[in-house]
Amino acid sequence: MKKLEILVTGVGGQGIILASDIMGEAALAAGYDVKKTDTIGMAQRGGSVVSHVRIAQRVWSPLIKEGEVDLLLAFEKLEAARWTNYLRPGAVAIVNQHALPPLSVNLGNEPYPSDEEISVILGHRSGRTYFVSGTQFARELGDVRTLNMFMLGCASLFMPFKVQTWKETISQRVAAGIRALNITAFDAGRKEIRNVHLGKGSAGHGAGVMDKEDV
Amino acid sequence: MIKLLSGNEALALGAYHAGVQVAAAYPGTPSTEILEAIARFSDVHAEWSTNEKVAMEVALGAAYAGVRSMVSMKQVGLNVASDPFIAAATTGLNAGMVVIGADDPGIHSSQNEQDNRHYAKLAKVPMLEPSDSQEAYDIMAYAFDISERFDTPVLVRTTTRVSHSKSVVRAERSRTVPKRPPAFPHNVTKYVMLPVHARLRHPVIEERLVKLAAYAETFALNQVEWGGRALGVIASGVAYQYAREVFPEASFLKLGMTYPLPRNLIRQFATRVERIIVIEELDPFLQENIQAMGIRVSGKEFIPRAGELNPDIVTEGGRSAGLVSGNPALPKIDAVSQLPRRPPLLCPGCPHTGIFFVLSSLSGRLNPPGGKGRSAREPRLVITGDIGCYTLGTYPPLNVMDTCACMGASIGQALGMEKAGISKKVVAVIGDSTFLHSGITPLVNAVYNEGQITIIILDNHTTAMTGHQEHPGTGISAQGKKTRAVELERLVRGVGVTDVRVVNAFDIKELRAAVRSALDNPELSVIIVRGDCSVRLSGRGVPRVVSAEKCNQCDACLLLGCPAIQTENGRVFIEAALCAGSACTLCQQICPRRAISQQSELEAEESP
Repeated sequence: MKKLEILVTGVGGQGIILASDIMGEAALAAGYDVKKTDTIGMAQRGGSVVSHVRIAQRVWSPLIKEGEVDLLLAFEKLEAARWTNYLRPGAVAIVNQHALPPLSVNLGNEPYPSDEEISVILGHRSGRTYFVSGTQFARELGDVRTLNMFMLGCASLFMPFKVQTWKETISQRVAAGIRALNITAFDAGRKEIRNVHLGKGSAGHGAGVMDKEDV
Repeated sequence: MIKLLSGNEALALGAYHAGVQVAAAYPGTPSTEILEAIARFSDVHAEWSTNEKVAMEVALGAAYAGVRSMVSMKQVGLNVASDPFIAAATTGLNAGMVVIGADDPGIHSSQNEQDNRHYAKLAKVPMLEPSDSQEAYDIMAYAFDISERFDTPVLVRTTTRVSHSKSVVRAERSRTVPKRPPAFPHNVTKYVMLPVHARLRHPVIEERLVKLAAYAETFALNQVEWGGRALGVIASGVAYQYAREVFPEASFLKLGMTYPLPRNLIRQFATRVERIIVIEELDPFLQENIQAMGIRVSGKEFIPRAGELNPDIVTEGGRSAGLVSGNPALPKIDAVSQLPRRPPLLCPGCPHTGIFFVLSSLSGRLNPPGGKGRSAREPRLVITGDIGCYTLGTYPPLNVMDTCACMGASIGQALGMEKAGISKKVVAVIGDSTFLHSGITPLVNAVYNEGQITIIILDNHTTAMTGHQEHPGTGISAQGKKTRAVELERLVRGVGVTDVRVVNAFDIKELRAAVRSALDNPELSVIIVRGDCSVRLSGRGVPRVVSAEKCNQCDACLLLGCPAIQTENGRVFIEAALCAGSACTLCQQICPRRAISQQSELEAEESP
């Protein structure tokens, strides 16, 4: 792999920073140089959050240039569409099937974009957009906070690290009492992409973006 | 040890390994995590001080006593602390003292975009700037050594992007602390700045600058990286990282020490490249200082002065300077700019929402749904605001803040408006941590000058916006020890305010009565609105629900601006996953149709 540029986006409180931290730590454990940076804004909860993760043999800028993102991992649908300008043509977008309408939508001042509108916007750049049921899965698992591990599981199929590296990194970052639950969510994310979206048996680790030109 | 660390974590670890023994700070984005990280080491005294000025004085005292000390703050914090900062630069020290100032280009979470590099020149102290976490770690050891070698505080200037980026750090040192016991060497000509002594110090400071400039010539983090000779780039901080990507063929002079500048090194670099461009964020600080040496450089002709840089902006700057060729970026997608924005909001269950709703309705500011911007009516009160989460009350639908300038300004501004003679009653709104930071002296001033304003202290028992740090009102130290809590109501009464009320942040009736009564009182009044920050609540209460039968879609509940209260096809519903439930119930209290309650109550009513 020459380089891998990832944007993780969503709404404050969804666990985006921990997810992008784990991506960075897994990259370091796998022997890469890595830089990551978060833009959080003022709000403790509820604002737009974006993490840039850059992985390569040597990384200079922590911020990704527009049009160079290989993989978009969006925890919320509107926050997926918002960052489309950053995607390179043919990028992969993984979008959690979940809407958190901003206040202007709640007050009835403007509409929330439909799934089709979001797909069309992302389609200007993205080669493949996968809608995944992360929030629904995390709710059924009994803890919505496991959404970030589910999303990491989805992303992991497009990143060249061993499953073992991921699980060790996750285990270092989450408390012992909730480790098993988080690993379950991670595995479920992998399964979601592998079975539902890539077709059973078609993808091991390193599938998708990695196969095409970067390996 | 190889780890992925943020710039702030690396600064803290670097200081710890360099033997820092006292660290003080007041929380402020993007600097907060520095003190949080160092507070985890039990063999350091780490404290949240009441404000940056006090923090600086604590660090100064420790350095006078012969132990290495540090103080960290955001860019505007150095304004507050500038008096002891320059005092420290004047007297010098008895051990290393490092001042970390974290600038916020792009104004991610600040009230201005000032460039604190000017403070190094003003105070005549050396300034170091890391460009990633490795350098942040390394630079702290240099900073303490320079401080002791030249008898001066050292300013380490970081920025949001360095502080809040994580990169790989090889931490090869371990902690070393000087063996000598703390002691203060009595020396009045050095430490007592009577004019007669201060006059002696000034020439010492000027000599120190000359010596520092000579040191800068060989300073290890001022590095030349030779590439092609057609272009030489001079840069520091994160701007260097952007420039490295944008100008892969160029030669680089990377400055880790940006004041005083290494004149000979810069001159030599200049003679060996055909053209020089300076890539720096905010002001042309390097550019002007280099131009003053008579060296031809460009920079701000192509790189914007305002806002945070990024690789795209540096690329465009390079293109306009004729230094970058190749295809411009892909055209932007129009539909993206039309997506609904997501401005930051008060959280569901926020203890500020109730008092803001009351103030907003009493002063005629509530903005009905569908209306854009503020209502046309002139509000009945003037509400001076302050710095914290509650500044977000400025936005619709609450529209409840008329000013926000700097920490503690609300009270002085309110008094000034009253003394100017405006006919409206003036209310100052300030958070508990901000009040303790710099609201006490203007309160004393309002007592002394017979103010008639109303001051509302929003007491959520934490410093919420920066991530829930302790403060003197909480009675818990930065290192988690139980200590003595300052009681706000006793403090306020103690300075002579007689009309003092403490009210529950989640009781609309009580809030309304307190505000009405304070506004009717022609004397100075203080209302302490008390309620815990909802982000810190451990368990959620039972969420509220809207009865479809009773709700007549008057939309009154939407005027709270609560993120949990949402609409679908014109009907209001409450998102159970967001609702703070029994801990809040504000919507339930203001619903004119009594259509909001918890599920079990609704069912009980509906099936008699």
